[in-house]
Amino acid sequence: MSARAPVSDELHSDAVHVEVVHDHHEAGHGSRKGYITGFVLSAILTAIPFWLVMAGVFTDPRVTSLVIMAFAVAQIVVHMVYFLHMNARSEGGWTMMALIFTIVLVVIALSGSLWVMYHLNTNMMPTMSPGDMRNMP
Amino acid sequence: MNSEPNPIDTYPHWWRLLFGRFTLESLPLHEPIVVVTFIAVAIGGLAVLGLITRYKLWGVLWRDWFTSVDHKKIGIMYMVLGLVMLLRGFADAVLMRSQQALAHGGSDGFLPPHHYDQIFTAHGVIMIFFVAMPLVTGLMNYVVPLQIGARDVAFPFLNNFSFWMTTGGVVLTMMSLFIGEFAATGWLAYPPLSNIAYSPSTGVDYYIWALQIAGIGTTLSGVNLIATIVKMRAPGMSMMKMPVFTWTSLCTNILIVASFPVLGAVLALLTLDRYVGTNFFTNDLGGNPMMYVNLIWIWGHPEVYILVLPAFGIFSEVTSTFSGKRLFGYASMVYATVVITILSYLVWLHHFFTMGSGASVNSFFGITTMIISIPTGAKIFNWLFTMYRGRIRFDLPMMWTVAFMLTFVVGGMTGVLLAVPPADFVLHNSLFLVAHFHNVIIGGVLFGLFAGIYYWWPKAFGFRLDPFWGKVSFWCWVSGFWVAFTPLYILGLMGVTRRMSSFPGHEYQPLFVIAAFGAVLVACGIAAMIVQFAVSILRREQLADLTGDPWGGRTLEWATSSPPPPYNFAFTPMVHDGDAWWDMKSRGYKRPLEGYKAIHMPKNTGAGVIISAIATVFGIAMVWYVWWLAALAFVGVIAATIIHTFNYDRDYYIPADEVARIEAERTRTLALVKA
Amino acid sequence: MAQSHTAAADDGELHFYVADEHGHAEGGTMLGFWLYLMSDCLIFAILFATYGVLGRSYAAGPSGADLFDLKLVAVNTAMLLFSSITYGFAMLEMEKGDQRMTQRWLAITGAFGLCFIGLELYEFHHLIHEGATPQRSAFLSSFFTLVGTHGLHVTFGLIWLTTLMVQVHQRGLIQANRRRLMCLSMFWHFLDVIWIGVFTFVYLMGSLS
Repeated sequence: MSARAPVSDELHSDAVHVEVVHDHHEAGHGSRKGYITGFVLSAILTAIPFWLVMAGVFTDPRVTSLVIMAFAVAQIVVHMVYFLHMNARSEGGWTMMALIFTIVLVVIALSGSLWVMYHLNTNMMPTMSPGDMRNMP
Repeated sequence: MNSEPNPIDTYPHWWRLLFGRFTLESLPLHEPIVVVTFIAVAIGGLAVLGLITRYKLWGVLWRDWFTSVDHKKIGIMYMVLGLVMLLRGFADAVLMRSQQALAHGGSDGFLPPHHYDQIFTAHGVIMIFFVAMPLVTGLMNYVVPLQIGARDVAFPFLNNFSFWMTTGGVVLTMMSLFIGEFAATGWLAYPPLSNIAYSPSTGVDYYIWALQIAGIGTTLSGVNLIATIVKMRAPGMSMMKMPVFTWTSLCTNILIVASFPVLGAVLALLTLDRYVGTNFFTNDLGGNPMMYVNLIWIWGHPEVYILVLPAFGIFSEVTSTFSGKRLFGYASMVYATVVITILSYLVWLHHFFTMGSGASVNSFFGITTMIISIPTGAKIFNWLFTMYRGRIRFDLPMMWTVAFMLTFVVGGMTGVLLAVPPADFVLHNSLFLVAHFHNVIIGGVLFGLFAGIYYWWPKAFGFRLDPFWGKVSFWCWVSGFWVAFTPLYILGLMGVTRRMSSFPGHEYQPLFVIAAFGAVLVACGIAAMIVQFAVSILRREQLADLTGDPWGGRTLEWATSSPPPPYNFAFTPMVHDGDAWWDMKSRGYKRPLEGYKAIHMPKNTGAGVIISAIATVFGIAMVWYVWWLAALAFVGVIAATIIHTFNYDRDYYIPADEVARIEAERTRTLALVKA
Repeated sequence: MAQSHTAAADDGELHFYVADEHGHAEGGTMLGFWLYLMSDCLIFAILFATYGVLGRSYAAGPSGADLFDLKLVAVNTAMLLFSSITYGFAMLEMEKGDQRMTQRWLAITGAFGLCFIGLELYEFHHLIHEGATPQRSAFLSSFFTLVGTHGLHVTFGLIWLTTLMVQVHQRGLIQANRRRLMCLSMFWHFLDVIWIGVFTFVYLMGSLS
């Protein structure tokens, strides 16, 4: 038994704090201040892109697209933090892990599909310009 | 598209209101094969129902099984479902093999092309969705909570509901055999063929609703098992002390949750095309059929790993148990599993290299496909090194594992071959491909499931399976597999394409006849397996295992009795080592004999059966365009769900006395074994 | 703390089981529901991907720039945003244990949700009336399906909200009801996040010529 002593000591120590698994914090609930901050931020982040498009601020639509997409990403982060109370600690980090994994898959599925289908269109319908595509019956 | 007049036109208006497009002509009375099958199934079914009534088993079935939320019982029900459907799927395989053995040189064989198309579609759909999936889910359901020392899964009601949704899908698929027809499109129902213009009949609709209903069940059971593994492990069981089967189950369920919604969404788009007339995958008005192919394989490739990862877990458990050694390279096994999980989302295009995406896209997906074989190969080496210098016992589970290693490696290598885009341009859609994926799915998934069934059967029922008939079955299966599929590899290399119902010349016939003989051997294997189950049940006294640990197991499921009590463990185990039970045995664990507490357990409920039954009715009504019934059933599903949420009385306590009584009985049994 | 069957807890002896009864774990609900939301997220990802690929296939029909009324979309977005913060207030009242105020904020949330659905139905009706039906082109098919699926989710959210209000009325803010309200909260805010994608990717970018 003596030869095993250090092992069992170490094991014993992890046996002591096993009970902590219980759920004290089922989820963070945020505070009134948090919700209001989130609301104000997302109102701003919604209003600006609408304004950019409706008032036609940039002449190049590609610039507008990129800018409003950046706003969308920012607003999604705001919602995640202030409304969905995402953080790295809740559920032992598993919700964050699930979210990151999902985002990776969403990016793969979206960009992959666009990439694959774009190449398919250019290869299989080589004579067509984008304008033709648009007006194709 | 049909030149024949549609029989529904001759029916009165009220009939169409009441029965949608169902007509008496929908019953396939003109197809003798189907009629004979129907009579056989009807007689068999009536006999079973009669026996249940005769022995007054309805109450028992309903109370103890159908409404049970016990993960063990649900697991067993999944296994029964999967094995029954294996018979149906295999019957389709026999039909195909005999048709292709006969229909050469002007002969049309015995199956008309349209019927043949339905058979290969049904074979694929059934084998993947209603054989492999239930068997995999069943084993995970049964084993995972036991391996992690839990009393049940995280959401026991949901588990029951998931099972019945899967069964609902089965019911729809089986119905299509006798009422209307099944899809004749191939197992993934590619448009434009599966669009309403080219498949106006009920076939594709049966396909859609069967998969949609079963898919909901699968997704929910995935959520359930992830939550179980993450939240309900026994104290001390850190992630890196989890048994490998639990690890692979975790990854499989992550894949399920992250891919079945894709299938659901794609099928929903196809549904809209068929029912509403949208233009996602049509040839008109901007629709793009190739988008369907792209999307469905985003689900389809992870699905392959959903099936095979649990099998890898089973092989890991079996190899280390029957070699009497700790698994070689546990950490590398875990990392390989995780890497496969992520990479499986980056290879989907290799299923349609020939679609025309061009060199850059094809190279990317070809390379990722080759990369994914690396972690798989690492696993094979881990198993080999586990066996190296082990005291190997060649019991049935180990025999299946060795057969797997030999078979699967060949399947894997032909897979890497197909991953090379130029080679794929030659072999695409050929029988070489068919041989390849049967090589990995039978050699990998099915052999794994058999190993798992033989391994855990004594745990579930308290007696072993008869080894003699098991060995007969084993040799028939393995040799039958090779005799059936080696000719297909050769035929594929000769350029024979898949899904052909007849061949003009005679030059291929000998090889097809050999393949048909292989199917006969496999049939003998299946028959031997049924005999084995029957013999083992009859001889259960002699084959009994009272210890609960017949194989010298290493993980926690062997720590409790066989079959386990409803609460699995009288006391929640505390884990100090990856091979928890081995560790307990080697360090002088003594079974506690007193101090039992009342145990908190979930209550049985019939809600799962009821909601799934209504959902199935919804599916049937949609297939037949019976709109009033569909609307009614849709509202019914929502209403039944809401009513279920008003039931707050969902748990009960097994009193401490009861626990003490069950445990005392176990103490007596164990004393008997020692004496 | 973990106790073993032996009285001596600190004799260095190994314990192989926990003597206390844990009961059936209830803590999995939030994680389980989050996983469900992630799977739902992938459904939307596929619909977005479809819109991304087919969203310019107008088939010589109307385009987004011809059809979308951004003012209406802005009002609709505002409805959803308001409903988000009112749900947040309901959750805060629930924390305090004030059932009456919780119910009141839930009702307000439901009202905003109804407005959202009403406006969306009005928009769809208007489009279909103009001949821009889901059958007209692949662009319109994917537009109606993406936006409609979100709307369907909101509708289910409203049915769920109503059910929960009845349940809170019957049994009060008991633990089971709190857990359900928190699940619905996640669902509701999640739909908000999806809507950010919809109004940016579909409406705003579709309105750019």
